[in-house]
Amino acid sequence: MDFELMINSFPKLLNATVVTLKLLSVSLIVGLFIGLLFAILRLNKNDFINKFAYGYSYVFRGTPLLVQIFIIYFGLGQIEYLRSTFLWVILKEPYWCAIIAFALNTGAYTSEILRSAFQTIKPGIIEAGQSLGISSKIIFYKIQIPIAIRQSLPAYGNEIILMMKGTSLASTVTIMDLTGVAKYIISTTFKPIEVFIVAGGIYLFMTFIIHNVIKFLEKKYSFN
Amino acid sequence: MELLAFGDTGWGDELFRATLMTLAVSITAMLIGFSFAAIFTPLKLSKFKSLNLIANIYTTVIRGVPELLVIYLFFFGGSGAIMFVASMFGYNEYIEINAFVTGSFAIGIISGAYSTEVFRGSIQSIDKGQFEAAKVLGLSKFKQFYKIILPQMLRLAIPNLSNVWQITLKDTSLISVTGLVEIMRQSYIAAGSTRDPLFFYSFAAILYLLLTFLSMKLINKLEIKYSRGY
Repeated sequence: MDFELMINSFPKLLNATVVTLKLLSVSLIVGLFIGLLFAILRLNKNDFINKFAYGYSYVFRGTPLLVQIFIIYFGLGQIEYLRSTFLWVILKEPYWCAIIAFALNTGAYTSEILRSAFQTIKPGIIEAGQSLGISSKIIFYKIQIPIAIRQSLPAYGNEIILMMKGTSLASTVTIMDLTGVAKYIISTTFKPIEVFIVAGGIYLFMTFIIHNVIKFLEKKYSFN
Repeated sequence: MELLAFGDTGWGDELFRATLMTLAVSITAMLIGFSFAAIFTPLKLSKFKSLNLIANIYTTVIRGVPELLVIYLFFFGGSGAIMFVASMFGYNEYIEINAFVTGSFAIGIISGAYSTEVFRGSIQSIDKGQFEAAKVLGLSKFKQFYKIILPQMLRLAIPNLSNVWQITLKDTSLISVTGLVEIMRQSYIAAGSTRDPLFFYSFAAILYLLLTFLSMKLINKLEIKYSRGY
């Protein structure tokens, strides 16, 4: 066991953790909006709209994240037309391509989580709102959304952890995130176990924090 | 479409073989995962705290660390570890293990952690009376498990195992970084030599969708079979 390597690589890996956290937070925020939008579309009575939303979540949940990143990073650049638009400014950067892929991916899972949360809201609660004379718009924003968010906290916590692990794929498109730097150190020193312990430890620590924050929120917003 | 032709002119046969490779790795990994689950589930349910701890470390670490990092550990550390074990038996030559074995093992260990949790959950949700009744009937330990607990456990486990299968199938795409020619790697090669990444990666996505779709159909049938009588 090479303890010196472990100590020396720790600051480098910690720096890379910042990249991982940035990727994670940006894609989670964007993904949450996408997820909410598609959850609402899923509940739409128009068959075309809810089939479209279902198709989106089916495709993104049924294919590996790696394929999604590669399609966006390597594939979209091939379309000549895109190269001439302002979108190219975003799509030529691996960082933004990774974020787009992550956000679309987590958005698909989030939409499923939120949809099932909306569907488990008891109709009595909505009826109570209606009989109080509250407009349906306010019922949606002030009653349905807060309850749905509370309902989906445990599942969403899992999704955050899955997404955190998913950001490691950014290293396949040349981004030096935690996994990217870990791989670089492994391939230059050929000491996989030591690096794995340090990098894995950092990931586990983040998992631990996320897990406990979600638990705290669950308790804080519990119905009882 | 001619890009997908079989034979020398297209990539059809290569992609077909790659799809079979993805399936082979997924199934092998799933089976390796089951054998890990067979070891760690009893540890999780054991009365001894220290055994629980070992199993908990396994599932927590594997489920909290990115799959890619685990694959790198096996890819770079796999042959080193085997050579170390071999050297204890007096064999000092260089050993290289192939990408299929490394990949299936790495994915298998990941899939095993998920399977362990599934089996633990399903055993715990079997009614206590069933265990007691099995004991009272005077069946041997093996028969108690094989004839009474296992069939009930499978019924509860299959829906969740189908999730584990989906995760495993998708995780195999990550083995492409080790050079094993499965769907992802083959698409990468094809995209590189034809300069048409959009087409080949989209086609890869379709292949994965097809695999998940067909396997879900199959698993639904199993689910119906094992819930007879409910």
